[in-house]
Amino acid sequence: MIVNNSKTLLLVQGLRASINGTEILKGIDLTVKSGEIHAIMGLNGSGKSTLAKVLAGHAAYEITAGTVRFEDKDLLELAPEDRARAGLFLAFQYPIEIPGVANTQFLRLAYNTIQAQRGKEELDPLEFDDFVREKMKLLDMNPDFLDRSVNEGFSGGEKKRNEILQMALLEPKLSILDEMDSGLDIDALKTVANGVNQIANKDNATILVTHYQRLLDYVVPDFVHIMQSGSIVLTGGKELALELETRGYDWVTANKRSIAGAIA
Amino acid sequence: MSAVLQSLVNQPYKHGFVTKIESDVAPKGLNEDIIRLISAKKNEPEWLLSFRLEAYQKWLTMKEPEWQNVHYPKIDFQAISYYSAPKPKKKLASMDEVDPELLRTFEKLGVPMHERAALAGVAVDVIFDSVSVATTYKQKLAEVGIIFCSISEAVHNHPELIQKYLGTVVPVGDNYFAALNSAVFTDGSFCFIPKGVKCPMDLSTYFRINTEGSGQFERTLIIAEEDAAVSYLEGCTAPRFDTNQLHAAVVELVALDNADIKYSTVQNWYAGDENGIGGIYNFVTKRGLAKGKNSRISWTQVETGSAITWKYPSCILRGDNSVGEFYSVAVTNNYQQADTGTKMIHLGKNTRSTIVSKGISAGHSNSSYRGLVRISPTAEGARNYSQCDSMLIGDQCGAHTFPYIQVHNNSAIVEHEASTSKIGEDQLFYFSQRGIDAEEAVSMIINGFCKDVFQQLPMEFAVEATKLLSFKLEGSVG
Repeated sequence: MIVNNSKTLLLVQGLRASINGTEILKGIDLTVKSGEIHAIMGLNGSGKSTLAKVLAGHAAYEITAGTVRFEDKDLLELAPEDRARAGLFLAFQYPIEIPGVANTQFLRLAYNTIQAQRGKEELDPLEFDDFVREKMKLLDMNPDFLDRSVNEGFSGGEKKRNEILQMALLEPKLSILDEMDSGLDIDALKTVANGVNQIANKDNATILVTHYQRLLDYVVPDFVHIMQSGSIVLTGGKELALELETRGYDWVTANKRSIAGAIA
Repeated sequence: MSAVLQSLVNQPYKHGFVTKIESDVAPKGLNEDIIRLISAKKNEPEWLLSFRLEAYQKWLTMKEPEWQNVHYPKIDFQAISYYSAPKPKKKLASMDEVDPELLRTFEKLGVPMHERAALAGVAVDVIFDSVSVATTYKQKLAEVGIIFCSISEAVHNHPELIQKYLGTVVPVGDNYFAALNSAVFTDGSFCFIPKGVKCPMDLSTYFRINTEGSGQFERTLIIAEEDAAVSYLEGCTAPRFDTNQLHAAVVELVALDNADIKYSTVQNWYAGDENGIGGIYNFVTKRGLAKGKNSRISWTQVETGSAITWKYPSCILRGDNSVGEFYSVAVTNNYQQADTGTKMIHLGKNTRSTIVSKGISAGHSNSSYRGLVRISPTAEGARNYSQCDSMLIGDQCGAHTFPYIQVHNNSAIVEHEASTSKIGEDQLFYFSQRGIDAEEAVSMIINGFCKDVFQQLPMEFAVEATKLLSFKLEGSVG
C-alpha cells in the first residue's frame, strides 16, 4: 500500500556492480518506502536476481559505483549478517540444504540472533516450538517440517514456504523475494502469496523479483519496475505488469521510449 | 592457537624438566640388544621377550608401506631411542601456575574442571583427591571381577591372559608398524571383562593409574568373555603433546559369544603449526575379533589431531551373527594428512557390518577414506552398509575415497554410498542472510554433517567432540 508521508526504507542511487570483471548492474535507482510493495520484472539475465543478492551483500559481487541507504545506514558498509540484523531479508530462489540440522534448530538460531540484536527476549526450545507452530499455520505447513533437516529433500514448494516462514519469524523491515513463484503449482502459489500478504503492513516493505506476472495476481504491487541489461528501463503501476503479460518483453525493448512517455 | 601449541610443546625445555632423564634413555637405534634391554628393564618373562624378538625378526624383513595417500619425509628408525624410563614430570603446585592460554583452551573445549588440573600437569591431589576417585573406581570394578590396569602390570599379575590373547588379533608380523610395536612396545592398557559381566561404567584411560609415560609405542588389549559388555574411551578432547614424532600403537579387542565391545576414541594429538611444521605421525593398528557368535565390536573415532594419521580400526567377524561397526569423523586442517577407514572381514554366517565415515578437510589438508569390505565364501547371508561422506571447506584441500569391496558369496548384500559436499560462499551467504555469522554457520553445518557419528559417542564425549570440531576449524572459513 502507498502510505502518505511514510518514511523511505531503501534508497538506491546509481548502483553499479560486477562479477569477475563483468558488469551486471549498470546504474540502478530505486526508492522503496514503508508500506509499499514493489515488483521487479525482467527476463533471465536482466540483472534482477543480482540486484537482490547485491542488496543482501553476496561476497561474489563487486560494487563499482553508487550508494545504497537503508533507513539511516549506509547499507554497502554493512556485512551481510549485519544487513540481516538491521532488518533486510532475502527469500532465496534456491535455498541451501543443511543435512543433519533440524529445521527448528536453524530457525531458532536465526530468530534468537535477530531478537538479541533488537534487544528482545530470546526463546528456549519449548517456547520457540509454540511460537513457530503458530506461524506455520499461516503457511499451512505440516509440523513435521520442524524435525526434518533444513531444506533437505524438500520439494520446491516446501522450500519456498520455509523461506516465507523465516520471513514471518524474523519480521524484517524490507523483504526481497527472489523468484518466489518459480517451481510452485497454483495452490502452493496462493498459499505462499497469502502468507506474504499477511506479513505485509504499513511499517514494512516488500520487493518481489519475478519473471512472470502470475505472482502479481496474488500479491498486488504498488509499483512495477522492468529491468533490462542491468538497468530499470520502465517503472509503472500494477497495470504495467498486465500490459507486459499480453505484449511480452519484446514490446518493452522495441518501444521503451514511447511507452515511458505514455506512462509519464 | 599455534602460539599455545608451541608453548606447550616447548614446555619441558622451558621448565627444565630434562634433568637426570638422559641417564635412563637407551642409545638410539634398534637391534636385538635394545629389545633385550627393554624387556630386562621391565623385568619381563621369557615368553614376552621371545614375542618381541620374533616381531623384530619379522620387521627386519618388511618394508615400510607406501600405498597410503600421505606424504612425509622418510623416517630414520635407527635415529629413535626405543626406551626411556617414565619421565618424572614436574607437578605444578596449583592451577595459578598454569599457562592462562592453556586454561582458555580448556574453557573453549569445555573440559571439566577436575580434568583441567590433571591435563595441565597440576598435582591433582591439590585440587581433589584423585587417589580416592581412582581407588573407588578400581574397587567398584574389582567387585565384579573386571581387570583394568596397565599392560605391564597385567604381564606380571595375569600372565596367562596376556599369553593367551596378545598378538592373536594383530599378529606380530601383521604390518610394518604393528611389527615395530610388537618388538618395542613399552606400555598401554589391559582390560578383561569376565563372563556375564556388563561393565558398570565407561572405562576411560583417564582413570587408569600410570597413564603417564605410556609412550610412543602403546599397546592395548581388551577382552570381553561370553555375555560380557564394555564401553572403552580412549583419549580426550584436550590437546595432547609429545616430543616423540612417531607413534605406532596397536589395539586388540577380543569378543567371545554374545559379548559387546564399544571402543570410542577422540584423538587430538599435536597436528603441527599452520605451516605444516611439526606434528605427530600416528600409525596405528586397531583390530577387533568378533570371535564368538552374536558378538559385537563397535569402533567410534573422532580424529582431529596429528600431522599424519594412518589408521584403520577393523573387525574380523568370525562368529555367526556377529556385528561390526565403524563410525568415524576425521577432521584435517592446515597441512594435516589423514588416510583412515576400516576393514570389515566377514567370515561367519549372517554377519553384519556398518560403516559411517565423515571426512572434513579444510586449509591445505588432505583426507582419505580407505575401506575394505570382504565377504568370504563361508559368510552366508552377510550384509554390509557403507556410507562415506566428505566435506570440503575452502578450495585448497582434498578429499578422497578408496573403497575396496570383495564379495565371494552370492548371498551377500553390500551397499556403498558416498557423497562430497562443500561449504562455500553460497552456504555461508544463506546463514549470514539470516543474521548468523560464519563461525556459527560452520559449526552448525559440521555438527549436522557429523550427527550420525556423534550419536554413537557417550554423552559428555559427544558434547566435547562438538566443541572440539568447531575449535579445530576456527578461522578456516572467511
